Amino acid sequence: MPTALASFPNLAPALPELLLALTALVLVLIGAFRGEQSTGAVSGVAFVALVGAAILVVLQPSATAVTFNGAFVVDAFARFMKVAAIIGGATVLLMAGGYFQRIGESRFEFPILVVTSTLGIMMMISASDLIALYLGLELSSLSLYVIAAIDRDNTRATEAGLKYFVLGALSSGMLLYGASLVYGFTGSVGFAQISAALKGHGSTGVIFGLAFILAGLSFKISAVPFHMWTPDVYEGAPTPVTAFFAGAPKIAAMALLVRIVMQAFPSITAQWQQIIVFVAIASMGLGAFAAIGQANLKRLLAYSSIGHMGYALVGLAAGTSNGVAGVAIYMAIYLVTTLGTFACILAMRTKDGYVEKIDDLAGLGRTNPGMAFALAMLMFSLAGIPPLAGFFAKWYVFVAAVEAKLYALAIIGVLTSAVGAFYYLRVVKVMYFDEPKESFEPMGGILQGVIGVSAIFTLFFWLYPAPLVSAASAAAKSLF
Amino acid sequence: MIQAIVFLPLLGFLIAGLFGRVIGPRPSEFITTLLLGVAAVMSWIVFVQVGFGTGGYKVVLANWMTSGTLTVEWALRVDTLTAVMLVVVNTVSALVHLYSIGYMHEDPHRPRFFAYLSLFTFAMLMLVTSDNLVQMFFGWEGVGLASYLLIGFWYQKPTAVAAAMKAFIVNRVGDFGFALGIFLVFVLTGSVAYDAVFAKAAPLASQTFHFIGYDWNAATIACLLLFMGAMGKSAQFLLHTWLPDAMEGPTPVSALIHAATMVTAGVFMVARLSPIFELSQTALTVIIIVGATTAFFAATVGLVQNDIKRVIAYSTCSQLGYMFVALGVGAYSAGIFHLFTHAFFKALLFLGAGSVIHAMHHEQDIRHMGGLQSKIPFTAAMMTIGTLALTGFPFTAGFYSKDAIIESAFASHTPGQTYAFLLLVLSAFMTSFYSWRLYFLTFTGAPRWGHGAHHNDHAHHHDHGDADDHAHAEPHGHGDHTPHESPIVMLIPLAVLGVGALLAGFIFAGPFIGAGYDAFWKGALFTGKDNHILHDMHEVPTWVKLSPFVAMVLGFALSWLFYVKNPRLPVALAESQPILYRFLLNKWYFDELYDFLFVRPAKAIGRFLWKKGDGAVIDGLGPDGISARVVDVTHAVVRLQTGYIYHYAFAMLMGVALFVTWYMFGGAH
Repeated sequence: MPTALASFPNLAPALPELLLALTALVLVLIGAFRGEQSTGAVSGVAFVALVGAAILVVLQPSATAVTFNGAFVVDAFARFMKVAAIIGGATVLLMAGGYFQRIGESRFEFPILVVTSTLGIMMMISASDLIALYLGLELSSLSLYVIAAIDRDNTRATEAGLKYFVLGALSSGMLLYGASLVYGFTGSVGFAQISAALKGHGSTGVIFGLAFILAGLSFKISAVPFHMWTPDVYEGAPTPVTAFFAGAPKIAAMALLVRIVMQAFPSITAQWQQIIVFVAIASMGLGAFAAIGQANLKRLLAYSSIGHMGYALVGLAAGTSNGVAGVAIYMAIYLVTTLGTFACILAMRTKDGYVEKIDDLAGLGRTNPGMAFALAMLMFSLAGIPPLAGFFAKWYVFVAAVEAKLYALAIIGVLTSAVGAFYYLRVVKVMYFDEPKESFEPMGGILQGVIGVSAIFTLFFWLYPAPLVSAASAAAKSLF
Repeated sequence: MIQAIVFLPLLGFLIAGLFGRVIGPRPSEFITTLLLGVAAVMSWIVFVQVGFGTGGYKVVLANWMTSGTLTVEWALRVDTLTAVMLVVVNTVSALVHLYSIGYMHEDPHRPRFFAYLSLFTFAMLMLVTSDNLVQMFFGWEGVGLASYLLIGFWYQKPTAVAAAMKAFIVNRVGDFGFALGIFLVFVLTGSVAYDAVFAKAAPLASQTFHFIGYDWNAATIACLLLFMGAMGKSAQFLLHTWLPDAMEGPTPVSALIHAATMVTAGVFMVARLSPIFELSQTALTVIIIVGATTAFFAATVGLVQNDIKRVIAYSTCSQLGYMFVALGVGAYSAGIFHLFTHAFFKALLFLGAGSVIHAMHHEQDIRHMGGLQSKIPFTAAMMTIGTLALTGFPFTAGFYSKDAIIESAFASHTPGQTYAFLLLVLSAFMTSFYSWRLYFLTFTGAPRWGHGAHHNDHAHHHDHGDADDHAHAEPHGHGDHTPHESPIVMLIPLAVLGVGALLAGFIFAGPFIGAGYDAFWKGALFTGKDNHILHDMHEVPTWVKLSPFVAMVLGFALSWLFYVKNPRLPVALAESQPILYRFLLNKWYFDELYDFLFVRPAKAIGRFLWKKGDGAVIDGLGPDGISARVVDVTHAVVRLQTGYIYHYAFAMLMGVALFVTWYMFGGAH
């Protein structure tokens, strides 16, 4: 049948995903036959495959490519987000090896699950219809459920994994219900076709469906009120796992959120805008207030990430090309800063093992001035203090919100970031003004590298912001 | 090559700053000095290429930032004006680096010192190679920062720390104006890049700008704001108070930053922006008046100062006034020429003063010097050259540039030129007087060191003020109490600058301000079509040409009479005119006036706000109240985080219900 042959999908745009899928299959086999001693090799191959996938993404032609009957799209936006997500996954893989070895939980499954999860994440970013969306989301989520509980002898970790699984299943159910409603009322699953069917008006059923889809995706980016799992899972899961949770999956879910509202529901902007505005305000507020009482650094970062997703959503709420560019810049800067911060937490190891309380940092300014300075810069950046990178991240989304006349949103954002600055500065205060406690064991080269690169990035971003900003604007333009 | 010139000092800063503690002081000194030396040689090559060869070009390094319609690039603009500044900055900086190896050899923090020097040089190069106003502002703030760090280098000294803060704060006033000026230029022309701004500048002369209910001439306001920045950086009248205090820093720093380079940034800025300044007669008049007043005021204060560095500092202030007068009358090239020659002889004077201070073991009061000529003959000879050049002795560097300024002030038609001409000639007289006073008190006459003020153990051996004091002191002096000539690394820079101070005027007068003008500048300086000052200034009457020379000779003669022939005279004069003497000695009471006008009211307001405002109002009702509420909110939110999975699921379902309800009832349809 010649027609069947002609309709064989063009695989070129999905090449990076295919590479990761094949790598994951091969690595499962290696791990199954060689057992635990293969962990190092599996981890190395997984890292190389992720880097290879990133290179393939970068080398893809700059034109927008669509394949699998319109279910899979590769445009500048997808490439930008994919590269960011892969950097998140690969860096975590690098940092995780030493940690798991020290706690005696070195399993070959972890790198494989990071690869499959990253594969799902990339499929989410490129998803252009509701079915591809659900496939990618479930692939990444199922991997994440297992990763969360990978330290299975630790009760806190297993509890975290179970909570995440049950609530994640609930959110997936909501998303699926919303997708079926949208399909039922528009008669199609492709984003472009949905958009065409909605021209001029949106029926109540579609809006119902949209509300459920947004709820499902809000769970993934841990936006209020779907954030409840975040502090427990961040605190309970092993630190490298938390670092992974904080980076790549959030980028994917944010990318998907941007794509679906921009490409499938542009004609009912007013309707989704009010949900996004509400979620953004609630997230910024909760992130700022709830973090104040925390004593555990990972729990603090959980609330911090909730707040940061709120700020990123401010850019999306603007609904303009500048707003989307702001979201892309925000996510990229957030990723680098968060990875650096988690590298610092991984470096918090005393003779008795890993510690993660804020008070354990006391006097770090004297015992380890280099690390203290880097962490202080990262904290200042998260607080959005100029001229560090975090300031520019907030600047771009707030400017977009002001341009879109969302003044109240921008003002609330600035106010909550002022409140939020308090707990970041508290970390700095503890490091520099409290009496030193036991000093940490020396950290490895990888952690030093990650901390150094992220600190230099946040510190000197203002000198040469043009590459990231122009890449983000190109990414944003490809959606309009 | 231009990239190498600009970034070699940065490299030196990074090496000495980051690894100075690891590699030790000696390699840090050596590396930074070597890098600066290479940069200086290349600067001269660029200078010859650009000034006497092919002309300017532009190197774009990167796109710095884009925000809306504002595009700012990192670019290096190389034209004759830049090339002149490159030569000045890098030559003096390289010599000062070399000199500091000797001068600072006892200091434990040498890597930090050399790192700061190189950082300063990089910032200054960024300033002079800038291609847009934002980049210039970046360099402008960079040199301000480096200056702050270097003035306060001896941070254990409270006076040094206070002086560093004063310099920083006074400069904030000027920089505020400069920043507003940049904003205004951007508002008016839509760009900050020089080429684009200059292209759109012409209509500004007739354009008006509506602000606080009045229509202002756009060009005038922009120029005055920009000039405010120049006044701060170049220590002009009213914003000059920081410069003499800045002498608390190490002497090489004074030579590099507070004589030859940074303080001339204001002059450079006005010359660079000559296409805008040329549009506003009002602004030019203001520049003339401020410049002439500064020249006169600083010269009068210089007459009575006793600290060797402060005398030279006031002289710098005064000479900067000369340069601004030249800019104000439209003779931009004469201003830049004076900047160029001044860099040589003022750096020479400062480094010579440093050599004297070094010889005298950190004695800076010229009343405690005297008779040093035979002890440190080389330094004395170099100081003679510097003094001759500063006072404008025929055929030295200062002669060409200073006389050109005085002649152009006479020939000009800009309002205020008569005032400027008179004050400048008077200042030339006073310059000659205080320069020779400094020289005579330091190098000639009977030594006034070795007893009295601080070598009391020697005092009983001597008759007071006796001529054989000097012969007496030598045989029994404990080695380190006898003034000694400085090491060779300090003398080489003096020799090089001495040659410059003698010959720079003679060699370069032609291209800078004479027949070679057009071929040399190639349009780097803009002059309006009615501006014929460069032609007119060569055709002034002979008495005008002679006046600075006569003033110089009179100053020298009076100084000789006062300090060599009859040393009782100045004492008697000071006693007969106590009010005038104290007025001058206390620098026209500017510090006291500012203290009364600004510092004390600010402190009073601060105390009021602290006691009444903060204590009573804010602590009672404000942040403390708010922070208590914040903590309440935190507790409430954290209480929601129960850890029970069914609570979490319930919250999610409530969230969805909320979304949907909002659609049904409150939302947009």
